[in-house]
Amino acid sequence: MEMQKLYLLVPLAPLFGAMIAGLFCRVIPRWVAHTATIAGVAVAFIASVIIFKDVLAGHTYNGPVYTWLTSGDYTFEVGFLIDTLTTTMMLVVTFVSLMVHIYTIGYMHDDPGYNRFFSYISLFTFSMLMLVMSNNFMQLFFGWEAVGLVSYLLIGFWYTRPTAIFANMKAFLVNRVGDFGFILGIGLVLTYTGSLDYATVFKKAPDLASISINIWGTAEWSLMTVTCICLFIGAMGKSAQVPLHVWLPDSMEGPTPISALIHAATMVTAGIFMVSRMSPLFELSTTALSVVLVIGAITALFMGFLGIIQNDIKRVVAYSTLSQLGYMTVALGASAYSVAIFHLMTHAFFKALLFLGAGSVIIGMHHDQDIRNMGGLRKYMPITWITSLVGSLALIGTPFLSGFYSKDSIIEAVQLSHIPGAGFAYFAVLAGVFVTAFYSFRMYFLVFHGEERFGKDHDEHHDHHGDHDDEEVSVDHHHGLAPGQKPHETPWVVWLPLVLLAIPSVAIGYIAIEPMLYGDYFKGAIHIDHHAHGSMEHLAEHFHGAAAMGVHALTTLPFFLAFAGVALSWFFYMKRPDIPAAIQKKVMPIYTLLENKYYFDKFNEAVFAGGARLLGKGLWKGGDVAVIDGVIVNGSAKLVGMISSITRLFQTGYVYHYAFTMIIGLFVLMTLWINRA
Amino acid sequence: MFDNFVVPDLLPAAPELFLAAMACVLLLVDLLVKDQRRTVTFALTQLTLVGCFIIQFATSNGQIAYTFSNMFVDDLMADLLKLFLYMTVIMVLFYSRGYIIEREAMNKGEYYILALFATLGMMVMISANHFLTVYLGLELLSLSLYAMVAMNRDSVVSTEAAMKYFVLGALASGLLLYGMSMIYGATGTLEITGVAERIAMGGVNKTVLVFGLVFLVAGLAFKLGVVPFHMWIPDVYHGAPTAVTLFIGSAPKLAAFAITMRMLVNGLLALAVDWQAMLIILAVLSMAIGNLAAIAQTNLKRMLAYSAISHMGFMLLGIVSGVVGGRVDPNLVLNAYSSSMFYVVAYVLMSAGSFGMILLLARAGFESDNLEDFKGLNKRSPWFAGMMLMLMFSMAGIPFFVGFFAKFAVLQAVVISGYVWLAVVAVAFSLVGAFYYLRVVKLMYFDQPTDASPISAPMDTRILVSANALVVALLGLFPGDLVHLCTLALAQSL
Repeated sequence: MEMQKLYLLVPLAPLFGAMIAGLFCRVIPRWVAHTATIAGVAVAFIASVIIFKDVLAGHTYNGPVYTWLTSGDYTFEVGFLIDTLTTTMMLVVTFVSLMVHIYTIGYMHDDPGYNRFFSYISLFTFSMLMLVMSNNFMQLFFGWEAVGLVSYLLIGFWYTRPTAIFANMKAFLVNRVGDFGFILGIGLVLTYTGSLDYATVFKKAPDLASISINIWGTAEWSLMTVTCICLFIGAMGKSAQVPLHVWLPDSMEGPTPISALIHAATMVTAGIFMVSRMSPLFELSTTALSVVLVIGAITALFMGFLGIIQNDIKRVVAYSTLSQLGYMTVALGASAYSVAIFHLMTHAFFKALLFLGAGSVIIGMHHDQDIRNMGGLRKYMPITWITSLVGSLALIGTPFLSGFYSKDSIIEAVQLSHIPGAGFAYFAVLAGVFVTAFYSFRMYFLVFHGEERFGKDHDEHHDHHGDHDDEEVSVDHHHGLAPGQKPHETPWVVWLPLVLLAIPSVAIGYIAIEPMLYGDYFKGAIHIDHHAHGSMEHLAEHFHGAAAMGVHALTTLPFFLAFAGVALSWFFYMKRPDIPAAIQKKVMPIYTLLENKYYFDKFNEAVFAGGARLLGKGLWKGGDVAVIDGVIVNGSAKLVGMISSITRLFQTGYVYHYAFTMIIGLFVLMTLWINRA
Repeated sequence: MFDNFVVPDLLPAAPELFLAAMACVLLLVDLLVKDQRRTVTFALTQLTLVGCFIIQFATSNGQIAYTFSNMFVDDLMADLLKLFLYMTVIMVLFYSRGYIIEREAMNKGEYYILALFATLGMMVMISANHFLTVYLGLELLSLSLYAMVAMNRDSVVSTEAAMKYFVLGALASGLLLYGMSMIYGATGTLEITGVAERIAMGGVNKTVLVFGLVFLVAGLAFKLGVVPFHMWIPDVYHGAPTAVTLFIGSAPKLAAFAITMRMLVNGLLALAVDWQAMLIILAVLSMAIGNLAAIAQTNLKRMLAYSAISHMGFMLLGIVSGVVGGRVDPNLVLNAYSSSMFYVVAYVLMSAGSFGMILLLARAGFESDNLEDFKGLNKRSPWFAGMMLMLMFSMAGIPFFVGFFAKFAVLQAVVISGYVWLAVVAVAFSLVGAFYYLRVVKLMYFDQPTDASPISAPMDTRILVSANALVVALLGLFPGDLVHLCTLALAQSL
């Protein structure tokens, strides 16, 4: 059928682009690299739109494309599951990716790794599409690891910076922890259902709900709870939930376009997507949902606090991403999967917009990322200013903008949820609204309004990025504006994606809320046990249309909290900049706690890294050097070498020796067999 | 006298007849060619092979056809193996051309004509349904090869290698003939399918039969080059001009596989328990000696020679796991033999590519056949270093190259038949073998080049070597069709 070829085209087009840009990165000129990759992603986007229309017409698909390996009773296949959930993700991924590709032309303009960068982001698009289009756990895991790999490569894109190498190693290691849980979960699924295919697994899952297993001791665990928590640990790593969130802020070492694409809009939401896809499993375990809910709530609130004290423009947005991922996770915990996906979609648009806006500011500021050195950029970069304002307003949940619909739906869904932990989660997401508004507008005011602080001698402020010496990588990247120099608006390839992303950031919520949350849109893709987890059903009772929701919101608590957050940040950073400093002095211990990010990094470094190093050293000295190297490796190598030099002696070069060997061989065979017969 | 002479059905042997006729025509044409580069001879040779390919393809109707009084058979296995054979020889001749032109002593039309006669010999072997036909094809192949090895007659190494090959080959032919005569003595026929029928009827003297079988296996083992009948391989591979080594190291393996199938499986399946046990001994010895001795080599051709020994040992594992406990289970048999066939085809591809690489790097007065010569290839040409890397990875059996799937298929057959210990041994020796393949990779990527001159090979060789390596990679990703073809071809003749 024609549609199947189209499905295949979606991931393969970006892969083709990545291969052209990657394999020939040394020989092709820059325009070939960006044309090939952008064409690949554009084809994928157009195909996704066609598939989306087809799916809306009711044509879903679930089937294999290629059988990779059959081992015993298990079949490992590459296959596609095309339904509304998949197509939603495909549209988001290809659209944001396309925007980022275009933006990159401007952002990486002076970078020597231009072609390599394009190859990576196209490869990422391919991997992400394979992940979301999968119809089985194996391909999901492949996509999962592939996006992780590309993320690793891109965080360390400027590989001569020690901090970038540190950050990508950290991201890789932390994700290992998550992936370990994930693969355990997949292993449990395979063991108990005998299949890796989604449809088969979901069909068998209800029968497994009553099974208990022993993990250790005599404690009985519900199989579904263990499986779901294991899978969720995978999601925690990829979607940066506490305590596996530590890699995401550091990932900002990578170039800004990938921060937008991978570490805000798409890859980090893979965990959210995965849990939604697994809704038939998660619905079977209220305990697992409670865990999801609480972890999400902690992330949503406490990562927001950290956003308040950051001075690096990208880190503010990064902590805001962490907090928003927490919101999505909370929605998953409340069984409001469709709301989580809805927020994922709106967030993808406005967060990509904010990141790309931040990148545009960074270009304007000549790669100075410290917001204390900015101010008053409104005049110099009008398009960046307007689009960033739109993004910020969407983020804090201004009524009628996209973020409002998704975030308010989450808050209401949590309010209506009755599973353990829902009370705390409700408080956390509500408080989070105030915090989000406060840090978002702190950044906004510091960057675009107030006194112009750039162009001064500001060496003392270089605490985050000022000391990065990337001269070897990109000679043109000098830091900050010279005294007297003014920022300037960025070229069209940079601001055009901003404008194109601002449109859905404003409008998509209003358009999509009714069909996505309350219509039949996700029917068949997401499964909810309404009897046990009824918040979505109750939510639908309260809903009277998108316009009514927006008007009603003006009288509710979240709106006032958001408004209060904006007002307070305006007062603090525009009117009385002395107050924050005074507060900082008063509550030094809390500030220190936040400054050290709740000591997560220190703890990890001391306990896990230190412990691992100690263990590693022990094994190295005792096990590796003595036993393995000494006896097994070198010993066996010596043995093989010895035998090999002996066999060599047989090859004398004399033909009568050769003939003799043949005759002996014949003689031996004959003696053995003639005696037998 | 000629009253009851019936003109045999010539259609099943049409490609052979065409090739024979063309080879004779070429002998004459070559006399008239004045061109030093022998372009006409070369082009006609290749066209002949393409013609054979087309005729083979066109006359193949999926039926088994016997002709020449049942001495000759044309079935799907023959069709498929011959198609692979033509492709291999065409590829080999393209690789060799640059090498031959640059070497005065070899730059003659005879090279191509001998290659054609050798090909004819292999075709006859593949289609043999009579012990004498097997012998006829084998001798035609061998005699052509002896001459080819000795073509560079001013080279002491080459002539010595040819001499050794000739003497040992004659000995092996003797063994084979003696075995055939014993089987004739026991069954009263030399027709392969007839032998199977006679044994099935009963009343055959088992001792005489097994006596013959031992000699037959010895002769086959020489042709396959498995221990202890392998001694000629390193010397001949090393001593022959690389273009000839490439020829010996690729296409004849297909023919050797075919006569093994014809004689042992089609003819003597009733003795499977006996010959399987013999082949197990030969296979284990080959994998051991082949892999261990390869480590000590400094010459790449010699290393690949030992590698060939170990690969043929590995291939035999599939043939030994067909019959379990004396019972012939059609599915098991088919699975086992088709895994071996897949292995042979995969090996021929990898072997041709590897020797092709040597030819690619060789130039006038420089053979480039030492491991040293591959040092730092990545600096000289990252593309071809990448190609060689794929070939070496595939030879070592690293996923996902065709070599991996070939090993995987054979091991699967071995395990299904219950020889788990044999699979363990095979994997252990493959691990030892991985060392010397990976050493080539290490030399290419981590060492400094000793010779920085750029690659001067002609474009057709470059493209073909690249295509060859890429096919090795591609078949690793999509092995399904080839596996299916092998199964299909063997299903008919079993």
